[in-house]
Amino acid sequence: MIDAYQENTLIYNPKLCNGCAMCVAVCPHAVFEMDDRLAQLVRPEACMECGACQVNCVTNAIAVESGVGCASAMIRAALTGKKDVSCDCA
Amino acid sequence: MIDIGSIKSRPEIFTTTSRLSRSDHWDHVMARIGVRRNDHRIEPGLYALGNPNPDSPVFVTANYTLSFDALRSALGGMDGYILVLDTKGINVWCAAGKGTFGTNEIVLRVMITRLGEVVHHRKLILPQLGAPGVAAHEVKKRTGFWVEYGPVRASDLPEYLQTHKATVKMRQVQFTLRDRLVLVPVDLIRLLLPMLVVAGILYFVGGFMLSLAVVATVMAGTALFPVFLPWLPTPNFSTKGFLLGGLVALPFALSAFLMHPGQALWLQAGKAFGLLLAIPAVTAFIALNFTGSSTFTSRSGVRREMYRYIPAMAWTFGTGIILTGIFAFIH
Repeated sequence: MIDAYQENTLIYNPKLCNGCAMCVAVCPHAVFEMDDRLAQLVRPEACMECGACQVNCVTNAIAVESGVGCASAMIRAALTGKKDVSCDCA
Repeated sequence: MIDIGSIKSRPEIFTTTSRLSRSDHWDHVMARIGVRRNDHRIEPGLYALGNPNPDSPVFVTANYTLSFDALRSALGGMDGYILVLDTKGINVWCAAGKGTFGTNEIVLRVMITRLGEVVHHRKLILPQLGAPGVAAHEVKKRTGFWVEYGPVRASDLPEYLQTHKATVKMRQVQFTLRDRLVLVPVDLIRLLLPMLVVAGILYFVGGFMLSLAVVATVMAGTALFPVFLPWLPTPNFSTKGFLLGGLVALPFALSAFLMHPGQALWLQAGKAFGLLLAIPAVTAFIALNFTGSSTFTSRSGVRREMYRYIPAMAWTFGTGIILTGIFAFIH
């Protein structure tokens, strides 16, 4: 059976990492870990594309197509024809 | 847009306590069942907790009562400031996703409250889940304040504040049974009226069992699904929903045989088959919509799941309804 969540849009370029460890601090799924000096991508499959790491990476070493993984928001976007409808969560 | 230059005097610093009153608890119950969803707000601005001095820490949160109350009740016995952002009454994580808990709002709120005159230090402690909306380095550049990301859960703050180092566990979101259960009432209440209407109509068209099937289907999708989510043995929400819906459909399909043993076999089988198709489709659709409430689904994954399974839901539901309708009519 296909697992729709096996792949995601997270891309990390360790060559640009300056070792600030911000990505480790902001990730809610422990996708990154620090080795001695640099961040390592240790659990890429756990990424939920929240975008916190990308937004807080000073050197742009991380890219991810961030967005809310919410079916009802996307269904509403499809029905109303709008590009980006956010969820109605409180 | 607010013209910062026109604000001559520093706005009032509100006061708050770490104790939650009866009306706070009542407000939480209302928020959890989705009553007046947009009204669980507090005034944005700077709040003094206890007796803070210019060296006391500053915590940042959303102007949603559940967020603000989780923070202040976790800070019992402490003195500090709470900077409440205007997130339009929406919790930290969702607001960060929308950008209202964000860099611009922090910069604006720091300026409006003249926070730099209130405290000597230059540090803001943010909830970790605010990070998708906030570029820490940009806040530093524009306000002079360092952003420090605290733990995910406010309840971990007392332990965190001893060292200002978060453990790996403090940094990870969970989705415990309790977390999932508190989400049930909102979805249940949202679907209650349509469920009763459809069940009522089907009672007259197809009888008691059919209207009971409607109630069971909606209950399975809104209540059983969140409870059994981790244990349904397939990888995606839709397939988990199909599976759970299939289990719910079984007794109703069986009853199609047992209720009218005298009927022709093809009639009984047709009715049973209709239910076995229609019920799981509805449960799967409600389950798919639960992705938005979960704490781990990615947008690209949800999209992939939607393209793959929504057509299957539509086909099985359509076929199931037509079959059920035809055989109810023959009956």
